[in-house]
Amino acid sequence: MNAILTAVIPVVIIGLICAVVLVAASIVMAVKEDERIPKVRECLPGANCGACGYAGCDGYAKALVEDGVAANLCVPGGAKTASDIAGVLGIEAGEVKPKVAVVCCSGDCDATEDDVDYRGIETCKAAKLIFGGKGKCGFGCLGFGDCRNVCPEDAICVENGLARIDTRKCIGCGLCAKACPNKLIRLAPAKRHIVVACSSKSKGASTRKACKNGCIACRKCEKACPKDAIHVTGNHAVVDYEACVGCGLCAKECPVGVIKVYK
Amino acid sequence: MTKLIIILLSAVFINNYVLSRFLGICPFLGVSKKLDSATGMSIAVIFVMLMATAVTYPIQFYLLDPNDLGYLQTIVFILVIAALVQLVEIVLKRYIPSLHKSLGVYLPLITTNCAVLGVTILNIDEGYSFLEAMVNSLGSGLGFFLAMVMFSGVRSKLETADIPKAFKGLPITLIAASITSLSFLGFGGVIENLFA
Repeated sequence: MNAILTAVIPVVIIGLICAVVLVAASIVMAVKEDERIPKVRECLPGANCGACGYAGCDGYAKALVEDGVAANLCVPGGAKTASDIAGVLGIEAGEVKPKVAVVCCSGDCDATEDDVDYRGIETCKAAKLIFGGKGKCGFGCLGFGDCRNVCPEDAICVENGLARIDTRKCIGCGLCAKACPNKLIRLAPAKRHIVVACSSKSKGASTRKACKNGCIACRKCEKACPKDAIHVTGNHAVVDYEACVGCGLCAKECPVGVIKVYK
Repeated sequence: MTKLIIILLSAVFINNYVLSRFLGICPFLGVSKKLDSATGMSIAVIFVMLMATAVTYPIQFYLLDPNDLGYLQTIVFILVIAALVQLVEIVLKRYIPSLHKSLGVYLPLITTNCAVLGVTILNIDEGYSFLEAMVNSLGSGLGFFLAMVMFSGVRSKLETADIPKAFKGLPITLIAASITSLSFLGFGGVIENLFA
């Protein structure tokens, strides 16, 4: 009996000390959480699926309150969850602008050609792993349709070696943008939007050598833009969709016609 | 000094916790799918191994040994490490939120990890001094980091490899892990002879 007690008592004492320290620490060093977070968390279905792009429902609830992200990202919850969250946070669920995915590449088979005869696994991801793909341009569409395979709405097809998105079918979920190993797909406002159909990070001359449709990073669009919404970064023009009003002046100025206006 | 370097290097390469001692296999297989989560997990492991050794070493020599309670080592260590990690998490959340954000998900996962417990117990079994024990923990953590990063590379190649259907998923991962650990056997005897 004594032997058991000499073992049990020290462990119990150590356990108690640890417990007291932890309780004290959690009270003393408590981090004040926004009280809306648990409320938002209750609106979410609790599936922890990660479709919203955050680490589980807790992460999304936190991002909703603290960073003000869109309320309609929860796929399993659907419209009801979005309106519930909107109710808690006092924002309008419908105020989220609809988006469509756009492909920032125009290197179809007419504009560029293959560098190697690729016979590996037919996915973009696999092709990308081997010397950056089969085409001459290492930044362009790989053409195996990883984006098409993940699209839940069948809105993407690969035509002439280039992914095309049917904007009428696209729901703007962004799954294709995540699937593209070259990060060519962006989400743009569903109404009038500008697309720079090139993502090449090479200098203008080598871009044009690889592809007839490439951006030469001349910065004419930058100067033409009245809203300061288009900038040349990484040797190609990138539109800031927050600032862009879709006037299309950049497209008129573009000497190579890589900027396109969609209505 | 030479002894410390030998301890550090042999903990990283020869007695690698994952690939030679087969401790900590759960995070090794579970979190090694992507490079960024593998790095996050390994940094958390290094951190916790060092903390755990710093705390359990005195407990062994000032609390358990003088009272002839050496047989309580395992249970006391688990208890203390678990509480310690929780405490560290609370402290980090309050004072270094950025570090908490990057380690946050992984810290609770390794509270009772066998690699962490293994380091603390082996430090005492080997009869290391406190400094040597800390160096050994650092080396073990670095070894874990190395194994995780290497294996996440292997797994990213596996994702696109043409694998027979029966081997897809965990079976091929286990085979890849065994081949990786086999390659680490090549380090046996190298480190000691470096300083001989």
